[in-house]
Amino acid sequence: MTVDPVDTFRTEAADLLEQVEQGLLDLMQRLDDDELVNAVFRGLHTLKGSGAMFGFDALAAFTHHCETAFDRVRRGEAPATVALARAVLDACDHMRALVDSPGAPGQQARGRALLDALGQAVAGAGGGAAGDAGAPAATGWHLRFSLPADAMAKGTNPLALLKELRALGDARVRADIAMIPPLEALDPLALHLAWEVDLTTTAPRAAVDDVFIFVMDTMELHVEPLPEQDPARPAQAAPPAPGPATTGDADIAAPADASAQRWSRPDENVRVPAARLDELMDRVGELVIAQSRLGQLANARDDLPLRAVSEEMERLSGELRDTMMVLRMVPVGSLFARFRRLVHDLALDTGKPVELVTDGENTEVDKTVIERLADPLVHLVRNAADHGIEAPESRTAAGKPATGRIRLSARQEGGEVIIAITDDGAGIDRARVRARAEEAGLIAPGQALADAELLQLVLEPGFSTAARVTSLSGRGVGMDVVKRTIDSLRGGIDITSTPGEGTRIALRIPLTVAIIGGLLVRVGQGRYVIPLATVEECLELPHERDNRSRGRAFVSLRDRLVPFLRLRELFATGTSPDPHQKMVVVSTGTERVGLVVDQIIGNHQTVIKSLSRLHAGITTFSGATILGDGSVALILDVAHLVASGQQQEAQLRAAG
Amino acid sequence: MNVPDQSPAGSGPATPGSGTIEVLTFGLQGETFALEATAVQEILDLLPETPVPGAGRFVGSVINFRGRVIPLADLRLAFGMDPAEPTADSRIVVIEFASGSESTLVGLRTDRVHEVTILPLESREPPPGVGMRWRPDYIRALFRHDGEFIILPDLDAIFTASPPRVGTTLRAVN
Repeated sequence: MTVDPVDTFRTEAADLLEQVEQGLLDLMQRLDDDELVNAVFRGLHTLKGSGAMFGFDALAAFTHHCETAFDRVRRGEAPATVALARAVLDACDHMRALVDSPGAPGQQARGRALLDALGQAVAGAGGGAAGDAGAPAATGWHLRFSLPADAMAKGTNPLALLKELRALGDARVRADIAMIPPLEALDPLALHLAWEVDLTTTAPRAAVDDVFIFVMDTMELHVEPLPEQDPARPAQAAPPAPGPATTGDADIAAPADASAQRWSRPDENVRVPAARLDELMDRVGELVIAQSRLGQLANARDDLPLRAVSEEMERLSGELRDTMMVLRMVPVGSLFARFRRLVHDLALDTGKPVELVTDGENTEVDKTVIERLADPLVHLVRNAADHGIEAPESRTAAGKPATGRIRLSARQEGGEVIIAITDDGAGIDRARVRARAEEAGLIAPGQALADAELLQLVLEPGFSTAARVTSLSGRGVGMDVVKRTIDSLRGGIDITSTPGEGTRIALRIPLTVAIIGGLLVRVGQGRYVIPLATVEECLELPHERDNRSRGRAFVSLRDRLVPFLRLRELFATGTSPDPHQKMVVVSTGTERVGLVVDQIIGNHQTVIKSLSRLHAGITTFSGATILGDGSVALILDVAHLVASGQQQEAQLRAAG
Repeated sequence: MNVPDQSPAGSGPATPGSGTIEVLTFGLQGETFALEATAVQEILDLLPETPVPGAGRFVGSVINFRGRVIPLADLRLAFGMDPAEPTADSRIVVIEFASGSESTLVGLRTDRVHEVTILPLESREPPPGVGMRWRPDYIRALFRHDGEFIILPDLDAIFTASPPRVGTTLRAVN
């Protein structure tokens, strides 16, 4: 499998632009944060550099101007301003376009307009540029640095670094040749030198670090003030080094005393195509199945060594599965991050001040789920900003802060992740929802509906309560897309809304889509898997309870009534019940329900295989799995099962 | 599944010569049916089946086909025949059924599998409008072969016309 380097660059550029955007948004809040300025500058610089390398010349040329603007800020020649950050933020969109479709018509004009805006932002800032008054006293620094052996192969030129250091002031450079191997082992292309530099400069310490700004992640750098240096007489620098080079005993190590700074290597990441991850997942799935067959065989015979191996395999494949699952899990923070930009733009477009608050960013969700959630969340956030949040005047009149607030939150609850979008706007206008639904023929005029049912109507296709259509929303597309996506993930949507106080839309998403821990049970002749995450407890159904009516039945569980469903009846197995019925108490989040089964077989690591399109209408089962003996067991979809059980009960009651 | 002369662009590579179609023939209640050979994945002996409660009888169960869970359909029910007990000759024919952009593996119950044969397209006759016991829209074509009729069923029509019996999220198919 070969990967087109241009595609790699595109992915990388998308990441870089996202980082730059986040940096700019943060910068608007904290204008004096040098770290942020540097981060933005580095991002832009890398984008320009790799853009030019992969032939995105227009991108490189355009990005160069933004980089220059930030370079001036970084060097203290111009202050960071909100106007500048905003201009570059706008420019980021253009860069994105230049990455995705270079040469599209109208790009040049757009680029020029953006550069003009940038120029104005820079000029506006230039007047107020604060230069440090008075030249600071010169200080001496002792630097020791070494670059990785392959630095030159990767395009770093150590001479250029030394030249930059010399430009800062009086520098005495000494090469450390202790690392040079004997001639026969010498790789002429590798870098074997380290350097020690005594530098006397008026520039601040940050300027010294800046020399290494693009290599700092891979290099080792120690900087300490020159000890016996008289700051008043900088010209007489440190005593000259004893020789041109130190040889022999390599004391290069001597690391980190208090003032020494060491650039630590950031966490290493590997980018893997999602398809390969899925492939690996399939293999792990097959392995888990094969292992559980092995386990069954081993347990059936009296071969201790075989059992030991089988148990070892079981442990390993279990761990492998867990690791695999973690690989697929991504914190939702990566998803939330994109919404800061969206809300920022929405606030500008609608003219309503809106702020975004997020929490629970560390909640982890399966990668494929994250990807599919992006579009629905965009619709929901747009709706909140456009319909939910009122104009500032009406907010003030209602005694609310003028700035609207949208909260994105995520948390895990049992086997589900709840992602909620909450706004503090006007709330959903029930009368208008009803009027619109009647108009669209979704409900009969005057039809009695529970409040929750009424609110659910906004998810129907073709529904929009916006009196006017804006560029953002109100076209009646969107909410039904949200519903379709969440349905396809087998999740649910809860809407709550208080007039005058706001609306909360909660998306309930199953934690994973691939492997789950399951409880294997038998109902009649069939075997079924109940997702372990939903199981609260198992108990024996008291005999006298089982003899009660066929309608809704309850057991009292620690002073609480728990309704139960007989799966044998629900599945119409046509078999007679086992003498000792078992009940598995499951929780659907809102309700606890007992599922009566004939036998509880045990834990089962369940690789979920989805049911085919021909069974798409069956909601009672979320999929199927293959058991150790090769037969197929269906996986219960607990939430849907409880709902359909309730339906069936209603029919039974109606039938009398 | 394309009958080549109906859509010349999509004729399968396994069609030897332009005027013929290669098929696998099988029997159901004494009638001979055919499936395009290119769609056939495998012919299996009977496997343990797992009934799917709530599914219609036509696609009432699933089987494990090489680690994949695939639906098992009974064409007898689509053609209004009576369900039959399996015999020693019963086989499952696994086909790849493409509809729209998706393709699914589906197992079909058969009473017996006959042979792979090549049918000339000129022996093809349109399904008669009257005089048939079966819904004409379930039949793609009839072939006359060795003095008997071979029925090429229209799987697309059969599977899309079979609505799931329960459930709330009835998805529009195509």
